[in-house]
Amino acid sequence: MSGHVLELQNLTMQFGGVVAVDDLSMYVDKGEIVALIGPNGAGKTTAFNMITGVYAPTNGAIFFNGEQIISNHPQGNMKKLYQGGSAGKFPNVMVKLPDVITKLGIARTFQNIRLFKDLTVFENVLIAKHMRSKAGVFAATFRLNAKEERAMRAETMRLLEILELADLRDETASNLPYGKQRRLEIARALATEPSLLLLDEPAAGMNPQETAELTAFIKQIRDDFKLTVFMIEHHMDLVMEISDRIYVLDFGKLIAAGTPDEVQNNQRVIDAYLGVADDA
Amino acid sequence: MKKGTKRICSLVLLVLIALLLFWLEANKSGQGMLISILQKSAILAIVAVSMNLLNGFTGLFSLGQAGFMSIGAYITAILTIPVVNLDGVYYMNGVAPWVRALKEGMEAGPSWLQSVYPFLALIVGGLVAAGFAALIGIPVLRLKSDYLAIATLGFSEIIRAIFSSPQMDTITNGSYGLNKVPTFPKFFGLPSLFTPFIIAGVTIALMVLLINSSYGRAFKAIREDEVAAEAMGISLFRHKELSFVVSSFFTAISGGLLAMFMRSIEAKTFSIALTYDILLIVVIGGIGSVSGSVLSAFLVTASKEWWLRFFDQPLTIGGWQVPLFRTGFRMVIFSILLMAVVLFYRRGIMGNSEFSWDGVARLPGRIKGWFSRKRPAHEAAGGDGI
Repeated sequence: MSGHVLELQNLTMQFGGVVAVDDLSMYVDKGEIVALIGPNGAGKTTAFNMITGVYAPTNGAIFFNGEQIISNHPQGNMKKLYQGGSAGKFPNVMVKLPDVITKLGIARTFQNIRLFKDLTVFENVLIAKHMRSKAGVFAATFRLNAKEERAMRAETMRLLEILELADLRDETASNLPYGKQRRLEIARALATEPSLLLLDEPAAGMNPQETAELTAFIKQIRDDFKLTVFMIEHHMDLVMEISDRIYVLDFGKLIAAGTPDEVQNNQRVIDAYLGVADDA
Repeated sequence: MKKGTKRICSLVLLVLIALLLFWLEANKSGQGMLISILQKSAILAIVAVSMNLLNGFTGLFSLGQAGFMSIGAYITAILTIPVVNLDGVYYMNGVAPWVRALKEGMEAGPSWLQSVYPFLALIVGGLVAAGFAALIGIPVLRLKSDYLAIATLGFSEIIRAIFSSPQMDTITNGSYGLNKVPTFPKFFGLPSLFTPFIIAGVTIALMVLLINSSYGRAFKAIREDEVAAEAMGISLFRHKELSFVVSSFFTAISGGLLAMFMRSIEAKTFSIALTYDILLIVVIGGIGSVSGSVLSAFLVTASKEWWLRFFDQPLTIGGWQVPLFRTGFRMVIFSILLMAVVLFYRRGIMGNSEFSWDGVARLPGRIKGWFSRKRPAHEAAGGDGI
């Protein structure tokens, strides 16, 4: 396949009779920051959930670094109900659980922050290191992996320092201010050593100054960790400033794609966001 | 507190415990009550901690403890009852030939091996229970909270029904149960009184090591947020299964010890009431605290069997016999105490924190804090009077 880091082919998600995402095809290239935008309920988070394995798509395929990681076609009852496009294009079925996807190198954050609330900042990040640990249960219980454990702790500390959370390391996660919680979620995602980072509304609930900081921060981690970033966002200032390319979803369908300038001047995007006058 | 001081404190505590045990050994006849309560507490502490591993650390609400304990208890009992006693135990239905053959084979072994048999029996019981846990975990661990509790409860009842069924008469002696189970074996020449405490110490230490390892952190992540844990690359099924299997293994070991402690077991012993007792210990000790479970295993056992006995005796005050004080009244008091704990002290004795010497050092200050907080109001009232 092509050299895209992430490629979605005709991805469709149908819940009962509702088509949440319809025939979405798009790609993200290495080192890019790509944004997925759209009005509320457009199917953005559903698209994320399909990429990360939370939902198995009803139809379509996903490729990561050129390899197929997920593929599905309508089955059972859905065969009759299916209303999306490109039916019959994906004969094979390949479904993965979220932990397997994360292991491949795709990490994510959540729209409504999902930290391990009662654990400390340090533990939150340290837990994410568990996946890459090679020790078995017995080795870990009897501390035969002391060297690995030390390395895990050192890396966690290094991450916290980079993300300026080091002085909060023993704080319970739920006690952090909102902006720091968002930052911790990103730190935790980075601890899984991803090559592709999915951010689900990283600036939600942030004021303009915090948003500006976040913009710089995302660029910085992209460069420092050699990441590709794919994000959902509502703050247009952030999206327009940071994105290399933008995809626009409305009612589950892709209505526009291109550079920030192209998208900004696209009539369909303007209509989707501002609405069309009835008498027009 | 410095690390050195803490170490000395821990050492002193261990020596004190050892001294207490030696003292009990020397005064066996006089302290029968205390010995049996301490032994039962140690046994229940193992189950409580392994239930905590599942409920408190992995967030899996399982109520199958009695079932896994009965597996351990029956296997330990069958393997350790001496061949001489077999006919006496299975007097109704006789014993299955293969069980007798197995046991005769065991007794023909060298004597050093025979002294290890009781421990092997405990471990075999644990392994069988772990195997069952692994099998039923595959369908059951997909369920969440209440549903998981109901499914494991059902499993526990099924095990009990199987053990007491007539088809198992020649192996488990059906509804008659097994008796003449030998008591605790000697542990490396130490008196047999020590054995349950040593086994409890070792098994609980193992579980603490697991909880503090990388896998233990993964368990806690699952407890906190399954979706996030999975997104961090933690395989939900693998880790839940692991926690379930480990917990069942240690639960069965404590079941085996219980058989040795009671000397006779029947299927009724392992009814749902036993699981509730353990749940009670875990809740009172604090869900998510190992030291809390250990502490409350002792407190609950002691108050149920000892301290509250007072309420079961007839009490006469000035010629008037208090009508409430009769057999069974202690359970009423016990239940009231329990309700009080749940209402006013919901997080249990320890919450989800662990015992630490720093905590002990802070204790006097905290107790003082309780009194000084009340004092200002008292002083203000006194000041008005003057």
